[in-house]
Amino acid sequence: MHIAKDLVAASATPLVLGILAEEESYGYAILKAISERSGGRLEWTEGLLYPLLHRLERLGYVDAHWRTPEGGRRRKYYAITPEGLKELAEQRKQWDAVTEALQDIWKATRSIVPTPGPVLEG
Amino acid sequence: MTENETELETQIAEWRSYMLRRRAVASADVDELEDHLRERVADLTETGLRPDEAFLIAVKRMGRMDELSREFAREHSDRLWKQLVLTDEDAPAEAEQRRGLLVMVVCAALGVLAVKLPALFGFGFDDSMEFYGRNAGLLVLAPLAVYFAWRRKVSRGTALALLGLFALGAVGANAYPVEDDSQSIVLTAIHLPLALWLVVGVAYAAGDWRSGQRRMDFIRFSGEWFIYLVLIGLGGGVLTAITLGTFSAIGIDAETFISEWLLPCGVAAAVVVAAWLVEAKQSVIENMAPVLTRVFTPLFAVTLVAVLVAIGLTTNAIDVERDMLILFDLLLVVVLGLVLYSISARDPVAPAGLFDWMQLALVVSALLIDVLVLIAILGRITEFGFTPNKSAALGENLILFVNLAWTAWLYWGIVKGRKRFALLERWQTDYVPVYAAWVWVVVLVFPPVFAFA
Repeated sequence: MHIAKDLVAASATPLVLGILAEEESYGYAILKAISERSGGRLEWTEGLLYPLLHRLERLGYVDAHWRTPEGGRRRKYYAITPEGLKELAEQRKQWDAVTEALQDIWKATRSIVPTPGPVLEG
Repeated sequence: MTENETELETQIAEWRSYMLRRRAVASADVDELEDHLRERVADLTETGLRPDEAFLIAVKRMGRMDELSREFAREHSDRLWKQLVLTDEDAPAEAEQRRGLLVMVVCAALGVLAVKLPALFGFGFDDSMEFYGRNAGLLVLAPLAVYFAWRRKVSRGTALALLGLFALGAVGANAYPVEDDSQSIVLTAIHLPLALWLVVGVAYAAGDWRSGQRRMDFIRFSGEWFIYLVLIGLGGGVLTAITLGTFSAIGIDAETFISEWLLPCGVAAAVVVAAWLVEAKQSVIENMAPVLTRVFTPLFAVTLVAVLVAIGLTTNAIDVERDMLILFDLLLVVVLGLVLYSISARDPVAPAGLFDWMQLALVVSALLIDVLVLIAILGRITEFGFTPNKSAALGENLILFVNLAWTAWLYWGIVKGRKRFALLERWQTDYVPVYAAWVWVVVLVFPPVFAFA
């Protein structure tokens, strides 16, 4: 299934903040987590993720720091800040409103929900 | 390390260097992306792919580089013009940069100290112009040599050689019993800084002065250093004017402060700071210097042609006063500098174009002017005999003549597509020791030969 670009962009911030709210993480792991959470339906590019992370850092929603594990390569970790948590709560309210409205509409227009087509045999 | 892994490392290194060329992507971001790339490669190899296959897929997934860098540019639009910001906290070589800054500050302080220390022994800046004329080059360039020796961690042998050469310069400047108003002392004041500048080049190359590549680097560095020095000088001029003006407005005469402190200390520090800026802000100057070259090459070419036409029309001979000779030598050196710089900055495989014809015209007209100057000098020498000034001028113009003539010949071959640019570069770097030898001769041999005239 292909998810429209605008929808991907709109959901990007709450997804990243939500993942970081669970625990601090780094780029590749965030990308993997998003892919897993969406059952592989949300495929982000690096061109989306890293500029977004840097923007969140600039806005103060996440803190970034480099860490070098013993004998390993240095890696940039991101952790959510109190402002980030506030922003996540705010985004969540907005998304809840949107999904509630959508749920309502889906119920009302049940008839046009893509029903499984007639099973063709043979 | 297995062969596969080495191959992967080379591929990643190559990818890195491509990525680093994107100006919107800072080197810390490349580090981050590289980490990402490696993780993905590791995951893919776990599923049974060979490292090179995994690398291909990982790079492909990352998206086309220009798309990626466009996304970065959108978020980091500031990077495209804010490159002058001095602190880049994320830079991978952060510690190294800090060290460079520290070394720079210490050496700039050394420079200030070197310029002001003689004042303790009665050589004030205002009333010992003669002392500073002889030693200015020594005093400001020694800290610069220290800076490079320190930054490059030169070997003990190189350090000793540098020390020896500077000591030799000090002896050449001060040991001879020359009169304050003699020609020799002026020649030393001009030539010693040049000689010592090339010694700084030895420190710059970390002792590896035989390498043509290093010499070319130093030539480029010289041009870029000069640009930064001029910029700092312009700023310093504004500062001086404002200081003078504001203090005179409140009835305090700041002139002594400026001539005794601000000016000498500022110059001494700027010499080191400019050298540091060239390396710390490499990308800035790399963008600026080729542009300046492009702008001024045609202008100088037009000027030189105009001078030649004027000489041809009026049949006025060139006046061989000392100032005039220095001016002409300076002009020829600037021409060489422009040629050298555009050579070092151009893509060696690009075919010769209009700009190369312009450069050839520049070199040929410089050559013709040099011939005229040489004729004028020889005329004066046959009439009045050798003096230190005329001999030095003769030597310099001959040296420049040989260089320009061969440069013109090589350039002709290049424009015609028969020769490669590398030849011209080789010629110029091989020629540097000739300058070094000549300036040392003028400093050390001329005074006794001309009986300290």
